[in-house]
Amino acid sequence: MSGNVYAALLIMALTIYAIRLLPFLFIRKPIRNRWVKSFLYYVPYVTLAVMTFPAILTATDHAAAGAAALIVGLIVAWISEDLFAVAISCCVVVFLMGLIL
Amino acid sequence: MCANENNQNMRAEENGQIEEKKKKQPHSRWGWFLYGLRNGIPICMGYFAVSFALGIAARNAGMDAAQSFVMSLTMVASAGQFAAINLIASGAGVIEMITTSVIVNLRYFLMSCSLTQKLKADSGLQHRFLLAYCMTDEIFGLSVSVDGTLEPWYTYGITIVSVSGWCAGTVLGVLMGNILPVWASNALGVAMYGMFLAIIIPPAKKEHFIGGLVAVSMFASWLFTVLPGLKQISSGFRVIILTIVIAGVAAAVRPHDEEPEPERDEGCYRDHDDEEDESRKEDHDHEEDQDDEKVHHNRLAKGEDVQAASPASNMHTSTMRNGGDR
Repeated sequence: MSGNVYAALLIMALTIYAIRLLPFLFIRKPIRNRWVKSFLYYVPYVTLAVMTFPAILTATDHAAAGAAALIVGLIVAWISEDLFAVAISCCVVVFLMGLIL
Repeated sequence: MCANENNQNMRAEENGQIEEKKKKQPHSRWGWFLYGLRNGIPICMGYFAVSFALGIAARNAGMDAAQSFVMSLTMVASAGQFAAINLIASGAGVIEMITTSVIVNLRYFLMSCSLTQKLKADSGLQHRFLLAYCMTDEIFGLSVSVDGTLEPWYTYGITIVSVSGWCAGTVLGVLMGNILPVWASNALGVAMYGMFLAIIIPPAKKEHFIGGLVAVSMFASWLFTVLPGLKQISSGFRVIILTIVIAGVAAAVRPHDEEPEPERDEGCYRDHDDEEDESRKEDHDHEEDQDDEKVHHNRLAKGEDVQAASPASNMHTSTMRNGGDR
């Protein structure tokens, strides 16, 4: 199992590095294809949204706590836009929900 | 060619505003490196908090401290590592690992593309190989916002400090996670999702189309976990399928002309493709009535018109700063 984990890590680390490296090595000109540019632009939003929901509901012992974290996270992200303020707000909400539930 | 000059003026303006905060930028390589070490400190602190949660997730997936350390040192990718942990935990195959890693980390491709425009033309291969390692959202944000060309040693300075925090947090998350009470690990467990929300929600606020995209993505993702046939699909492939389909359709329905982070570098791009620029100008003229702010933003990015862009240039620079401070 341990060997498998390192093999998996190696594969994924190399993949991630290749993604970061290829533009530095080969792309000296801007991407001109409008669709490709737009697709790449939208990718992070879709990916992160898909990864966040519904996974956040099962990230804690209670789905209700996860749901509360989601709602508060949405509100704080809307207001403050600060990465760590949002992350910590979610943590605090789950902690408080843990006291109630 | 006129656009070129305007663009330079505008850069000077923006840079002036950055200088207000940073006072002065170093001149020597060593000075840049030290400056990078200093600016890396807030990133390091943030990374520590987030990677602690990552360590807990790694522990829950059955990974030990050494494995987690190697993962954090070699990947330095928040969402990417989160996906990696899930893939390892679910015993995913090699193809799924590679495709998921590519999809989840595609934004780094964009950032790398953008940062190549900040490099000196004669930058050696060694810098290209090293800078590629440094491409995270936050380090990119700081690096791309420097005045003129980027001194790679600045980025290296930021990276050394930031990655130290990233790795230390991960290892402590794995080790301390074991002795943490349930409420604490529950609380830290949602930190990662909070961070994701902080990345996707602010742009959604400014661009309603992205807001819709986020809502559709979440709903579709939820459908995939409840509908009978779709339920069988692993979470890794769910991310791939939904990303390709939703982002692909979105790109066809609403092509996006500006890039979110590297707007400043759009200026460099313009130098090369004046023809395409013309057609875009027409597009933006149509949008003008609908969304003033956005047009200012576009103009700024395109180096179209200095006067129109200058009010927006404040906004732009502050966005950059926020990005850098994270």
